[in-house]
Amino acid sequence: MAGGGNNEEELSPDDEHIISASEEEDGSDDESKHAKLLEAISSLGKRKRMKRTERSEASVQVSEFSVNADGTGEKVNLSDLLGTMDKTPGAPNKTKQQLKNLQNRKETLELPLSKQQTEKQIQREVAYDKSSKEVSRWETVITQNQKAEQLVFPLRQDPTGPKRMEQVVAGWKAKTPLEKEIFSLLHSNNQPIHDPLLTPAEEASIKAMSLEEAKIRQAEFRKARVLQSYYEAKARRERKIKSKKYHKLQKKAKVKAFLKQFDEMMKTDPAGALEELKKMELSRMQERMSLKHQNSGKWAKSKAIMAKYDDAARKAMQEQLEMNKQLTQKLVVPSDDDDDEERNVEEADALPDFVNDPEPILDSVNPWMRGKLTQEHSEPEVTAVATETAVETKDEGQNGQREDEEEEENEEEKLLREFERKRKLRQDEDDDLVPVPQEEKQGERFSLCFTKPRHFLAIFKAELLDEGLVRVRTMDDLEALQQDVVMDTTQPAPASATPAPSMETTSEPPKKKKKKKGIDPNEVLTKEAKVIKMPLAPTVVEEEEEEVHAEQTAIIKEAFAGDDVISDFLKDKRKQEKAGQAEVVDLTLPGWGEWGGVGLKPSKRKRRKFRLKAPAPPLRKDQNLPDVIISEKRNSSVANHQVSQLPFPFQNSTQFESCVRFPVGQTWNTQTTFRKLTAPKVVTKMGAIIEPMSKEDLPPVKESSGAGKREKTSIGWRF
Amino acid sequence: MLSGMKVKVLCRNPDDYVRETTRDIQRVPRNYDPTIHPFEVSREYTRALNATKLERIFAKPFVASLDGHRDGINCLAKHAKTLSVVLSGACDGEVKIWNLSKRECMRTIQAHEGFVRGICSRFCGSSFFTVGDDKTVKQWNMEPPGRGLQEEPLNTILGKAVYTGIDHHQTEGTFATCGQTVDIWDEQRSSPIRSFSWGVDSFSCVRYNPVETELLASCASDRSIILYDMRESAPLKKIIMQLRSNTLCWNPMEAYNFTCSNEDYNLYTYDMRRLDVPVTVHMDHVSAVLDVDYSPTGKEFVSASFDKTIRIFPKNSGHSREVYHTKRMQHVICVKWSADNKYILSGSDEMNIRLWKANASEKLGLLTPREKAALNYNQKLRDKFQHHPQVRRIARHRHLPRDLFKQKRELREMKEARRRK
Repeated sequence: MAGGGNNEEELSPDDEHIISASEEEDGSDDESKHAKLLEAISSLGKRKRMKRTERSEASVQVSEFSVNADGTGEKVNLSDLLGTMDKTPGAPNKTKQQLKNLQNRKETLELPLSKQQTEKQIQREVAYDKSSKEVSRWETVITQNQKAEQLVFPLRQDPTGPKRMEQVVAGWKAKTPLEKEIFSLLHSNNQPIHDPLLTPAEEASIKAMSLEEAKIRQAEFRKARVLQSYYEAKARRERKIKSKKYHKLQKKAKVKAFLKQFDEMMKTDPAGALEELKKMELSRMQERMSLKHQNSGKWAKSKAIMAKYDDAARKAMQEQLEMNKQLTQKLVVPSDDDDDEERNVEEADALPDFVNDPEPILDSVNPWMRGKLTQEHSEPEVTAVATETAVETKDEGQNGQREDEEEEENEEEKLLREFERKRKLRQDEDDDLVPVPQEEKQGERFSLCFTKPRHFLAIFKAELLDEGLVRVRTMDDLEALQQDVVMDTTQPAPASATPAPSMETTSEPPKKKKKKKGIDPNEVLTKEAKVIKMPLAPTVVEEEEEEVHAEQTAIIKEAFAGDDVISDFLKDKRKQEKAGQAEVVDLTLPGWGEWGGVGLKPSKRKRRKFRLKAPAPPLRKDQNLPDVIISEKRNSSVANHQVSQLPFPFQNSTQFESCVRFPVGQTWNTQTTFRKLTAPKVVTKMGAIIEPMSKEDLPPVKESSGAGKREKTSIGWRF
Repeated sequence: MLSGMKVKVLCRNPDDYVRETTRDIQRVPRNYDPTIHPFEVSREYTRALNATKLERIFAKPFVASLDGHRDGINCLAKHAKTLSVVLSGACDGEVKIWNLSKRECMRTIQAHEGFVRGICSRFCGSSFFTVGDDKTVKQWNMEPPGRGLQEEPLNTILGKAVYTGIDHHQTEGTFATCGQTVDIWDEQRSSPIRSFSWGVDSFSCVRYNPVETELLASCASDRSIILYDMRESAPLKKIIMQLRSNTLCWNPMEAYNFTCSNEDYNLYTYDMRRLDVPVTVHMDHVSAVLDVDYSPTGKEFVSASFDKTIRIFPKNSGHSREVYHTKRMQHVICVKWSADNKYILSGSDEMNIRLWKANASEKLGLLTPREKAALNYNQKLRDKFQHHPQVRRIARHRHLPRDLFKQKRELREMKEARRRK
């Protein structure tokens, strides 16, 4: 085996394995092995022993092992070796077979390359592979950049905004004597000066907070912020409520709360309570000095005139005086009276404006008088209720029935709830774009033309086409309307009654007939219009509106007298349809194959035979659209502006069309969308040098995969 | 009292229409309901058409010409750290340092006898290197010498053969020169630390890869491009092309791509991992392409040609998006794209350095946010409708000198004929 070194190399590892396995198998049972061994020894004894040639004469061909090298010049053939193999009984059959196979192989090995060449080429090859592999690391970054919607250069930008303290301070040293002094002080107090900048305790505290804790805290903060904003919004809403009653009640509630607090204060913090008292006293003084509640204002004077005849006026005046009394009452026993005083103080702020104002006009019908666009109609009722209850409470107050405060409180709560409900209602209404209920209620009062079609476009169309929905006022109007209607209904009748003369296929199913019937004007009129929802707020008061409207309709009617748009349109459409149909070509030649002459017509059979029917035209797009004409002709002036070929990145025309269809301009998009849509692909900073990519831009590499990687920072020189 | 009279009240919230300051633009409440803004496509198309026309009207790329050299400009270099400084070397051995914002020459150095073959700035911008026909490599200080002192190089290396090009490493104190061999030098030593040769007698250009900073590529006179790794003792790979490549430039944002300018009027972009086939062939020049430089964003590159034009190519497009030429500009020898992606510098035979805008219709200077938004919108519209024939026709139209135009047509015909055969 050792002799056939070359051949052995060619043995595949599998073969070797087989051989060794078989040998092992042999060795597995000792008995048989032993027997074999014995046999082999005995056989050796029988053979003629290899004769050891002795060195008898001086020879050039002497092997180094002092063996006479007889066959040095000859080549050793595999077959020679195999010859002995055959005779060896110990060798297994498998091995023999393998060796035989090897013998049959006729391929020669390639000549090995010269040493220098090999080294260089291999070296290059290896180095090239290595470097191309190294370079391939950038592939992800590069593809990522290529796909990016927007690239901002320079790639590595310092984060804008304020820097961290450490970054600013790093590299800064004390120079002036003042600074040095400060630093020495800091030193002496064991404060951090240079790098850490934080005391150990601070650092520990920073470390103490884990990420989750921080997250929780952040969430808490967020919640608090939301709550705060909610309360702010609530406060704002409440402030905006115009009802004085509401505010009065609110104030009362506040006063009550304050009193409670004040009572407690008396016990716990007498000094604070005293201060409060002083404040109250001050306000009392102010009230005494002012002319408020003295019945000397404009309003009061007018009331005074009315007071003789009007109970309510009298009452109001009395109320005023009462108020004054209350407010100017001296506080003898502060603990008993301060609640009154407090309330008076509070009311003194609010009342005068309200009282001296002209009485609010409670015109429940006219929303404009309330200065609000959207106010539900239920409100006047509610306010009426409110006033009633308010009056009641007032009466109670006047009678001095302070005992049943609980009841009053209930009333207050009721009122508050009422207000709440109202506010909610209003809010909901604001949310809805279309204040439908209001409209419905108001609609009855306004002219009828708005009653049925609630939407603007529909109204427009109805006015244009059918005046039946317009309110008719006089007989003449009615008559004119009737005439119009008659005209409308009669006109298309012939079209539907007489089938198209060119139609020959009468045997066709009725579906087609129906289709060909033409356009039913009723269909045209009842066609659902595209609906634009718009808040419909009447701007004119009813009577005026009616008059104006009638006038308008009259004018329009006069202007467009004899202008029958619908029938014109229908005619137009029919014409278009006809033009689209291919003509029947008659190729009959009179006199050909039969008698001809004046007055003689070609036979019916012949005519039928030579009449070429054109194939049916493709269905029109506007076939089922009664009020539309769609022209499918190619418009060459438009074609100049159209794309004739599908541009490269798109795979089908729909894709391309959809890309073009979506507008990007500000006219159609909100500011943010617009900005997003028009963001440039590459953004560069003015005056900034754009450095080439560097290793820091690479995503971190996993250590395990770095088989052929060099160190990044230091270069290993290989000489 | 007034019960009979009807008063209309318009109730508006001032928050909706009052602007916060007088410098604000008027607030215009918008309703984006598509039904009230119809015909969006046709309207945008018109706008796109107008935008394209305006773009063409405003396309005035030429910014300035820097004159002062007394011979043709042979090489240009950007300052590594300052945008406004540019170095140029001329055929009479003179090196000039220019201030672009002032458009004037700050310094003139008689650096070499004969041509200045190559010039490059050190990565820190403190000094620059020149090589010349006098077989020397010289290092110069970027700062001018004090008053009354002569211009002296910091360092001079005498070589055995003429150096034809030089390039500096991106982050370290090593540089590479090419001549008869490609040599890698340490700034501190006077002999090369490594020199590569691969059976070639001369090289025309050597360039460091700015991303994988240890890689180099060179153009050799035997029509080949050879890649090197500074750390290896032998070159990596060689490709042989039909005709000689004059210069090459690595893409600063894509580590494995480089573009070479070839004598056969084309530029070839290669992926260094697959060198058997170029990624893109960029055609449009009608004469040998002499120089190429990538934009710092790596999206485009500019090429200078013997046909007296500069062309700007998108990196993956076979044809140029822009061609710059002037009556007086002769064969353009060298070209550079400024590091802020805004300008292009070209040095030509007739002793002038020209400054061009990289984007011909760009408005220079500060833009207000509204202006910016409008420009972005116009750009977007042009992109959106770029395939429409009218828009495309306007956008693509460029003026060419008659002889160039003729040459181009001739070339096209030749190519057609070859294809037909």
